[in-house]
Amino acid sequence: MKTHIKISLGFLVFLILSGAVQARVYEYMLDNGMKVLVKPDHRSPVVVQQVWYKVGSSYEYGGITGISHMLEHMLFKGTEKYPAGEFSRIIAANGGRENAFTGPDYTAYFQRLEKSRLEIAMELESDRMRNATLQVDEFLKERDVVAEERRLRTDDNPQSLAYEQLRATAFVNSPYNHSVIGWMTDIQNYSIEDVRRWYEDWYAPNNATLVVAGDVEPEEVLALAKKYYGSIKSRQIAKQKPRTEVEQHGERRVNIKVPATIENIILGYKVPTMNTADNPDDIYSLEVLAWILDGGDSSRITSELLRGRQLIASGLASYDPYPRLQALFILSAIPTGGVSAEEVEAALREQVNRLHSQPVSEEELSRAKTQILTERIYRKDSVFYQAMQLGILETVGVGWQTDEVFEEKVKSVTAEQIMYVAKAYLNEERLTVALLEPRPIPDPAGQKISAIMHMQAGQ
Amino acid sequence: MKVILPAVCLPFLLLAPLVYAIPTIQHWQTANGARVYFIPAPEVPIVDIRIVFDAGSARDGDKFGLAFLTNGLLSEGAGDLDADMIARRLDNIGAQLGNGSLRDMAWLELRALSEEKTLWEAMELMSLVLSEPAFPEVAFRRDMKNILVSLQADRQNPDALAEKAFMKAVYNNHPYAMPSQGMEQSIQSMTRKDVQAYYEKFYVARNATIAIVGDVSRSDAKALAELLAGRIQEGKPAARLEEVKPLQEAVTVHVEHPSSQTHIWIGQPGMKRGDDDYLALYIGNHAFGGSGLVSLLSGEVREKHGYAYSAYSYFAPMRSLGPFTMVAQTKNDNVVDALNVMNDTLRKFIAMGITPEQIMASKQNITGGFALRLDSNRKLVENLSVIGFYDLPLDYLHTFSDRVNMVTRQQVNSALLQRLNPDRMVLVLVGPKNVRSGNNKPDAHESVATGSSEAGSR
Repeated sequence: MKTHIKISLGFLVFLILSGAVQARVYEYMLDNGMKVLVKPDHRSPVVVQQVWYKVGSSYEYGGITGISHMLEHMLFKGTEKYPAGEFSRIIAANGGRENAFTGPDYTAYFQRLEKSRLEIAMELESDRMRNATLQVDEFLKERDVVAEERRLRTDDNPQSLAYEQLRATAFVNSPYNHSVIGWMTDIQNYSIEDVRRWYEDWYAPNNATLVVAGDVEPEEVLALAKKYYGSIKSRQIAKQKPRTEVEQHGERRVNIKVPATIENIILGYKVPTMNTADNPDDIYSLEVLAWILDGGDSSRITSELLRGRQLIASGLASYDPYPRLQALFILSAIPTGGVSAEEVEAALREQVNRLHSQPVSEEELSRAKTQILTERIYRKDSVFYQAMQLGILETVGVGWQTDEVFEEKVKSVTAEQIMYVAKAYLNEERLTVALLEPRPIPDPAGQKISAIMHMQAGQ
Repeated sequence: MKVILPAVCLPFLLLAPLVYAIPTIQHWQTANGARVYFIPAPEVPIVDIRIVFDAGSARDGDKFGLAFLTNGLLSEGAGDLDADMIARRLDNIGAQLGNGSLRDMAWLELRALSEEKTLWEAMELMSLVLSEPAFPEVAFRRDMKNILVSLQADRQNPDALAEKAFMKAVYNNHPYAMPSQGMEQSIQSMTRKDVQAYYEKFYVARNATIAIVGDVSRSDAKALAELLAGRIQEGKPAARLEEVKPLQEAVTVHVEHPSSQTHIWIGQPGMKRGDDDYLALYIGNHAFGGSGLVSLLSGEVREKHGYAYSAYSYFAPMRSLGPFTMVAQTKNDNVVDALNVMNDTLRKFIAMGITPEQIMASKQNITGGFALRLDSNRKLVENLSVIGFYDLPLDYLHTFSDRVNMVTRQQVNSALLQRLNPDRMVLVLVGPKNVRSGNNKPDAHESVATGSSEAGSR
């Protein structure tokens, strides 16, 4: 058999990180309060522009849930200068790709282009920051489109429904209790005034961050940013109320019985995030813990539950350190054939209990850290991801500089700290369990109908 | 009032020529005949390597799902190492070993730091997994069971149901008809011997393409390729795939599903990789349904009527004729109207052809955005894999924009007319049964099960 070279990696990753070209971030502030972040990456002649607004579904309240996302759709429906469809047509004609996305804590718009086209994207994006026409006829059609989006992504997707119910059960007064797309009844009853008010309330340069990454010179980007965004007047932005989630007094449970074919068990534990943690070290401990449970094929979920005990067909652990408010640490699994949901739930809980009582091994700890640090190097391959990371950090309020201490913080996490956060946060007082219980689906034996001229209707 | 670009400035910029370096592809063969494609990329200290075999589910024969199962089992034990040991050694150095299997191709891929020791340690493992897979009985049983769960999961997913019914109806007896994960019965009837035999026949050097992008020199890339291919058998390339037969009639399949939307899939056999009509059809479809919100189809279905969130079409170029597909999903009450709009839009487009404005816009988008397809190592590796696997010319990327610009309206229109026949399309509807799908006359219905395997055991 071949011999495999043994090497020690902790030092190696450090070496590579410090040796690699670490492109710096350039930060500027326009007079109107709009922040500009530029990250040069000269590998390819491309550029990405992203404009991030500090508004998303967690800024919403009952009756208009999903309005941030609805407004995002409406920003493609024209301004006085560029009527509906023109924005997309011009970007396309310039070889660009564009879209937008809404999350609990942000709404962001982006274009990816060959680098010489940045100015065009800025002209268009700055125009719709204040000048969207938000016409009622376009709105009524687009509201139907959003309803279809909800049907597609959530209503007809049992797992997605289960996650939505998990959040609705876990959070009582936190706005994280509703999904980004919003409840169907709210979607169907938005008025154009709701949309216009939301636009007035949140779309202003002092509530936005411009991120540009790619083959650009920072000073040139700044000059363009001043030209196109600099003259937009700043506005008073209402201060968000904290809406801090009330204390949970015991485990919660929700069963989702819908037509489906596979069970799914989801455990959600309320955990602190960068924004809410009393002790920021806890965040990095939770991050490493998540990788020990589910980072690569050697992680505990895969090696013990999927391969070892053969209880699950798939499983995951996930933790996001960046939400604005207290969030959920998720453990989730799909039982494999012949295994019950109860057995799988017990196995997931056992995994958590073991973290309470036994420190993780040095080998696991070092492996998880290595994976986190190498993954960060791999992500430098994507210009879009680099821009996205800056936008998220800035928009949720922790500041993009937070990322600069990330590696040091991760390296310093100890087995004791992991045991501490497991006990402090992954406990039954903070737990909500969602169980997807399939109701039968009719046998999908299709009917084949031959020789139909199905094109005639309507002609 | 802020200073803005005068409107005339935009078209001016459009015509400005784009000059930038497209990476040159280096190409050679390993000693035992695997074809290697390499682009150096020293900027980020990482290396991506993918080895692609003509070993997708099109090679399943009558053992549907064998290609998928074999591919997934490679890293489940090799040489003296069991799956846990392989996983730990890779994760210890942050190396990511992935795999995948579709209808045409099956692959293994690695992403690792380019630091010498790490890279060679990772490559040793990848090579071991590729050359000495043990296919342990325990892993074989477990993977089969998990694939069955995954097949079961597809039954709660209207999109997966639609895709399966669509491919079945478009391809009938051609191997593309079967889902690459296989079917319940076919999976259950497989043995380890089947897997071993499949591996020995198809995971061979003469059936392999290797793509390397990253922070390594050409000489190191050569050594890496030799290490990867050097321990597998030379073998021979897979036989030619059988040709796809055109549809003889229109076919409608309705799969009953308790969803709030009906998923609509329409299409027929489309085009191959390297097809003479490739660019003409690509440009035609780009204008029709391949360019997101600005496409004709999305404009009609979504922007004009608000029927669907997503409405698109594509040609999937494959070894044999891959499908032309047009898709939308709409609430059940709207099915008839949405279907009519989709069909009318396609019929009109084929009959009237692409307009001068449309072809201009599509060419501008395709050529103007070409750099975006090559802006990461990951995308480069994907491009190299396709170029190598389908034997496209080495200057494919360099000449792409020029070739796009040379395509004429007449070429697009005659290709659309010759290759798409709206009278012989497959229509798949997935949704509640009581929704009427249009004008289908009751006496024209001929009920035939789509095949026992689709309706098989749970």
